Amino acid sequence: MRAVSTPVANARLASAPVSGTARAAWARAAARRLARDWPAVFGLAVLALSIGAAIGAPALAPSDPVKNDLLARLTPPMWVAGGERAHPLGTDTLGRDVLSRLLYGARVSLLVGLATVVLAGAGGVALGLVAGYYRGWPDDLLMRLGDIQLAFPVLLLGVALLSALGASLANLIAVLALSSWVTYARIVRGETLSLTEREFVAAARALGAGDGHVIGRHILANVWPPIIVVATFSVARVIIAEASLSFLGLGIPPPAPSWGGMLDEGKNYITTGWWLALFPGVAILVVVLSINLVGDWLRDLLDPRLERGL
Amino acid sequence: MRRFLLRRLLHAVVVVWGVVTVVFFLVRLTGDPAAFLVDQTATREEVAAVQRQLGLDRPWIVQYLDFLAAAPRGDFGTSIRERRPAMKMVVEHFWPATVELAAAAIVLSTALAIPLGIVSATRKDHLADHASRIASLFLQSMPGFWLGLMLILVFAVQLGGLLPAYGSGGLRHLILPAVALAAAPLAQNVRLIRAGMLEVLQQDYVRTARAKGAPERRVLYRHALKNAALPFVTVTGLSLGFMLSGAIIIETVFSWPGLGRLLVQASAARDFPVIQAGVFLFGVIFVLVNLAVDLLYAVVDPRVRLS
Repeated sequence: MRAVSTPVANARLASAPVSGTARAAWARAAARRLARDWPAVFGLAVLALSIGAAIGAPALAPSDPVKNDLLARLTPPMWVAGGERAHPLGTDTLGRDVLSRLLYGARVSLLVGLATVVLAGAGGVALGLVAGYYRGWPDDLLMRLGDIQLAFPVLLLGVALLSALGASLANLIAVLALSSWVTYARIVRGETLSLTEREFVAAARALGAGDGHVIGRHILANVWPPIIVVATFSVARVIIAEASLSFLGLGIPPPAPSWGGMLDEGKNYITTGWWLALFPGVAILVVVLSINLVGDWLRDLLDPRLERGL
Repeated sequence: MRRFLLRRLLHAVVVVWGVVTVVFFLVRLTGDPAAFLVDQTATREEVAAVQRQLGLDRPWIVQYLDFLAAAPRGDFGTSIRERRPAMKMVVEHFWPATVELAAAAIVLSTALAIPLGIVSATRKDHLADHASRIASLFLQSMPGFWLGLMLILVFAVQLGGLLPAYGSGGLRHLILPAVALAAAPLAQNVRLIRAGMLEVLQQDYVRTARAKGAPERRVLYRHALKNAALPFVTVTGLSLGFMLSGAIIIETVFSWPGLGRLLVQASAARDFPVIQAGVFLFGVIFVLVNLAVDLLYAVVDPRVRLS
């Protein structure tokens, strides 16, 4: 493993409390670096806007996203001949406003992304800590379980499980979490294995610290930076996976708007309603792109050892 | 080397067993497997008859052992929709349709990645590099199926049927789905080659080769690329797995008659024997591919097999 050389990393790994002035100086340096890092600023800004749009959907949406208006079906976007200002991005085959559905769909994507990552992260980190700390058979079991789970890509697992269990928000999140916990577990296990060899853990134990204290105070405190980075990229992947499952009809049941579901409907109208297949995809692209940029920034900030594009 | 091989083989067997077990429990998730193995219009008597016929009233462990015995024989029951052996249907759709698509996508995503990655690394921070990195970022941030839809929109619709939008039957039909499937892995591979090359080009042996007057082409391809390609080899092997799973959705977009589309249709129709057979086949292939990648890695990098 390459040696970590940033001051903050050294301070972290010594597990000594970083003094107030040192922390403030680090924060200022980080802010200066951020100001020069245009992609990261762009990513953060777009992500903030997306989250804001999702939260503010009720106020921002021009119409009710689930209200049918068959007289207005397949209206093109307003800048195209036949479009209306009431429906800036057009309407779908049931006359529902595309922009409104996009805004409410953002809620679904971001909610599912966040919930999945929190669930998979909590589970994966816990399992990884146990495996790395106690080693022996818990470790072997975890590694084998991980290998078995990795033999099932998320779409395959989704197709199989969601057709058995039925499609719902909870099942969707469960399936997505089930297919993403392994990364967290592996990283945490690896870090735990190496951290438990270090002097400060031996010192803590010699001073009488129990397992729980060592894990919680020392190991976990050093393990969170790569976890944050992995979690960020994972949100992006989960958003795409959720869109894919919704596209296959296995996501949130209609009429609730989801970007993948909108693309599923839109694929049938490529010739007559190209905007239905275009805008939800652009929305996914924009959000995922911004998350990836933020992830790159976080990785450079917190843990440059991780490879680019994890 | 032999110990390494044996260890990895044993490991693969364990994982395949795990896959079979998961598949076994798939239809028993909600309690009554018979409901998943018969037509949805079956009456209660018909369901009970099927239960007895399939031996679903026997103890679980007996059923499980039977399943373990039947799986290697390829016996996964009969498709509910087509009343044919499920595994036979699965294999017919997998070969050649899905294999063709996956192979085309792998060729695209690896063959193009090498020159693009090298150009990006050797012209670092110039226009070509920036363009390639931005394109990579975009391609990795969009859903593959959306790229497929956009390709259809541009090539099949707007350009008046330049390339067909659905079906299979020749190179023309293969292009769009293969491109849609290959895009994200291509982007990732370019980034990997670029990163690997950047690291390797700073090494002493590269400087030596240049000092000895070797033509730049030889320096790049013969010396640098071989070492930079190591992580790329792993990723290519693993990307086969991605291709197979990505095929599920790309085949659906382009109505490509492969295993992926079959599974989606089976899932909609709750045709569980086919789903079981398909999941099993996918799982086994994944494990075999990972095993092959590990072995290849051990052959290429002696440090691995001696660990």
